[in-house]
Amino acid sequence: MFAFVVRRILATIPVMGVVAFLVFSLLYLAPGDPAAIIAGDIATADDVARIRTVLGLDEPFHVRFGTWLWAVLHGDLGSSIFSNLPVSTLIGQRVEATVSLAITTLIFAVAVAVPLGVVAAWKAGSLIDRAVMVFAVFGFSVPVFVLGYLLIFGFSISLDWLPVQGFVSIREGFWPFLRQLILPTVALGTVYIALIARMTRAAMLDVLSQDYIRTADAKGLRADRVLIGHALRNAAVPIVTVIGIGVALLIGGVVVTESVFAIPGLGRMTVDAILRRDYPVIQGVILMFSFVYVIINLLVDLSYTLFDPRIRY
Amino acid sequence: MTIQGKRLLAACAVAAFGIAIGFGKPADAQQKVLRFIPHANLSSIDPITTTGYIVRNHGYLVYDTLFATDANFKIQPQMVDKWTTSPDKLRWEFTLRDGLKFHDGAPVRPADVIASVKRWSARDTFGQAMAATVDSYEAIGDKTFAIKLKKPFPLMLEALGKLSSNVPFIMPERIANTDPAQNITDATGSGPFRFVRSEWVPGQKAVYERFADYKPRSEPPSWAAGGKVVKIDRLEFRIIPDPAVASAALGAGEVDWYEQPPVDLLPTMARNKDIKIELIDPLGSMAMLRFNHLHPPFNNPAVRRAVMMAVNQNDYLQAIIGNKEYYKVCKSFFTCGTPMASDVGIENAAGDLNKAKQMLKESGYKGEKVVIISPTDIPTNHLQSLVTEDLLKKLGMNVELVATDWGSVLARRASKNPPDQGGWSIFHTWWVGPDVVNPALHAPLRGNGAASWPGWPTDATMEALREKWLVAPTPAEQVSIAKEMQARAYEMVPYVTTGQFQQPTAFRTSISGIIVSPVPFFWNVEKR
Repeated sequence: MFAFVVRRILATIPVMGVVAFLVFSLLYLAPGDPAAIIAGDIATADDVARIRTVLGLDEPFHVRFGTWLWAVLHGDLGSSIFSNLPVSTLIGQRVEATVSLAITTLIFAVAVAVPLGVVAAWKAGSLIDRAVMVFAVFGFSVPVFVLGYLLIFGFSISLDWLPVQGFVSIREGFWPFLRQLILPTVALGTVYIALIARMTRAAMLDVLSQDYIRTADAKGLRADRVLIGHALRNAAVPIVTVIGIGVALLIGGVVVTESVFAIPGLGRMTVDAILRRDYPVIQGVILMFSFVYVIINLLVDLSYTLFDPRIRY
Repeated sequence: MTIQGKRLLAACAVAAFGIAIGFGKPADAQQKVLRFIPHANLSSIDPITTTGYIVRNHGYLVYDTLFATDANFKIQPQMVDKWTTSPDKLRWEFTLRDGLKFHDGAPVRPADVIASVKRWSARDTFGQAMAATVDSYEAIGDKTFAIKLKKPFPLMLEALGKLSSNVPFIMPERIANTDPAQNITDATGSGPFRFVRSEWVPGQKAVYERFADYKPRSEPPSWAAGGKVVKIDRLEFRIIPDPAVASAALGAGEVDWYEQPPVDLLPTMARNKDIKIELIDPLGSMAMLRFNHLHPPFNNPAVRRAVMMAVNQNDYLQAIIGNKEYYKVCKSFFTCGTPMASDVGIENAAGDLNKAKQMLKESGYKGEKVVIISPTDIPTNHLQSLVTEDLLKKLGMNVELVATDWGSVLARRASKNPPDQGGWSIFHTWWVGPDVVNPALHAPLRGNGAASWPGWPTDATMEALREKWLVAPTPAEQVSIAKEMQARAYEMVPYVTTGQFQQPTAFRTSISGIIVSPVPFFWNVEKR
């Protein structure tokens, strides 16, 4: 097990190396020029050329990539071309909002979706099952921003229960923190509820048809013990896999939610950086995302051993 | 456990819960905090490297200026107390006001002013015109400095009191010595607000606090001139990218002032009795269609004139604003409603499609491809591009619309390649009124070829007229030369004006004292 974990962690190094090279190459080839954006609409070609020289943007690819890679290997992700703030500081300013939204969304989605999926499978073909499936289709179909606007209109503008936008750090108090995240969590969580509920139902249906479940029923075990103790545990591996994929998607998929609710997270920062061609920020954030993805996949793989004793590394 | 024990435990649990959740801090109970949604994200803090209006607005908070433009377009002293000019007009001497201090407590010295003016004049067009006449700068004592000229420059005060980007803001010498192409990292100024860098989160917020040691002038405020009396303790720029959410936040009282709400949201906002919608920008903005003068078909002035004849400003203004209350047809090359504006030559932009077709036929247009580069993330520019695409097709031109983002447009428009080899033929943009108010500031009107704003028109007559305007001794002569320039512009067509529009602003009724001006200022603003 220990050797497996070490091996997987070491495997992140070449993965991130490839990611770094690809990202740098794509940005190098992509149209756009941060010097032109810094100089602004009124600038002349000479102004832009001068800024490009000062920023080192007129250096050849291998020089720029080498300089950047050397700095990264020394723990320096560089600084934003625009604000001159270190990329690590910018990520630090934003990471709390994104991680908070991802965690609350994950908790909300799992807490709602797994019971819904279990009940739907247990009562397969019934009205409850159909209702859950209708909700799942709804969850998949409604775009996050539409749901976000509807929630804002209902709970912030009409009822005045919750704030329209923004983010409050948990350091300012738990309730102010949670209050800001309720609507974004519901808006973002709905699609994940749909995804996890459907996967839970399918996995549970498969398990519920197994002989050992029939045996447990025949032995007179209570329905809840059969469902949770026997069926759900055996259905957990595909569910955990989907949740793991969901977490990875969440980190990158919060962009729309962050924009609708004006949450200062990594998603919005990445989009802003791409639009402005703020290369060091884009490279730093994508490098960080790739590291997070690798770690999440590792954690998901490790969690399999908890649910299925047959799996060993 | 005893009953008392259980009660004690319950009380402890309630207290711990209360501490954990925090009952809403009385954050702003003591302070007057103004929360403002700006038109853009403050991504840079250097008002010299960039001409972005958001950075200019930041500059007016943090820095002070030697002179400033007032509501009557007059230049008034701001940091300067008194000044003299030698009889031969070759030496200007300025003395600073008493008590001017930077945010770090250091006094404002002539050396700071000289370094700041030098850095500004290396980047700004008007500054460059001034710098071309400067022989030397001289610091005299603690408060006085002199500018020695090689030849007279009558617009010295207009240059130093320039209202819009780039504004000659005064910085400490150690900061102003930064290369003009390199962003500064320290926002220490001597303006009425102090930038709180530790709270700056680009893309989310920028925070300013009242600078207690700022000494405002005694005159009433008028645009950038007069007394900058700050009546709030703290100003927060809150970046809310989604307009619907921003207007909802204003309605809910989460913010106090929304700088540029989209016009289509105004009717909804107007129904809220706590929100006021006003036009505070008297000059508005001038929309335009810019040609690439280097390549066919728009290297041919006859083709440019044909397109200009076809342009109907109402089509553009309807597309980008849609509400007649907020726009007007303006065919002057100088901002309508300002001294240099006139009607000279406007018959050449009659919006007559049939006549335009005839003119195009006679122009020698051979069906060359017209590439319009359009940023979909800037609706004002993209909507204009769509109108132009339709118009040129009606004229019978071979049109390709390249819809992309603003960053790509800026990069592509810098290319001087032919349109089908990564270049372009047309792009749209707009300039705020103060930037195209006179020939000294008016970059898109220039004909200085490769050195000019993208489009690169070459026109010696226009340049000669500009030079003449810069040294015109009286306002009447300036107006007369401006008319000649406009007549020339209608012949050579550096660009086509597509209308003048105003952007309303929306704020809570608890806010008062907003200065009516082309630039949003935050002194004099009060919050109940």
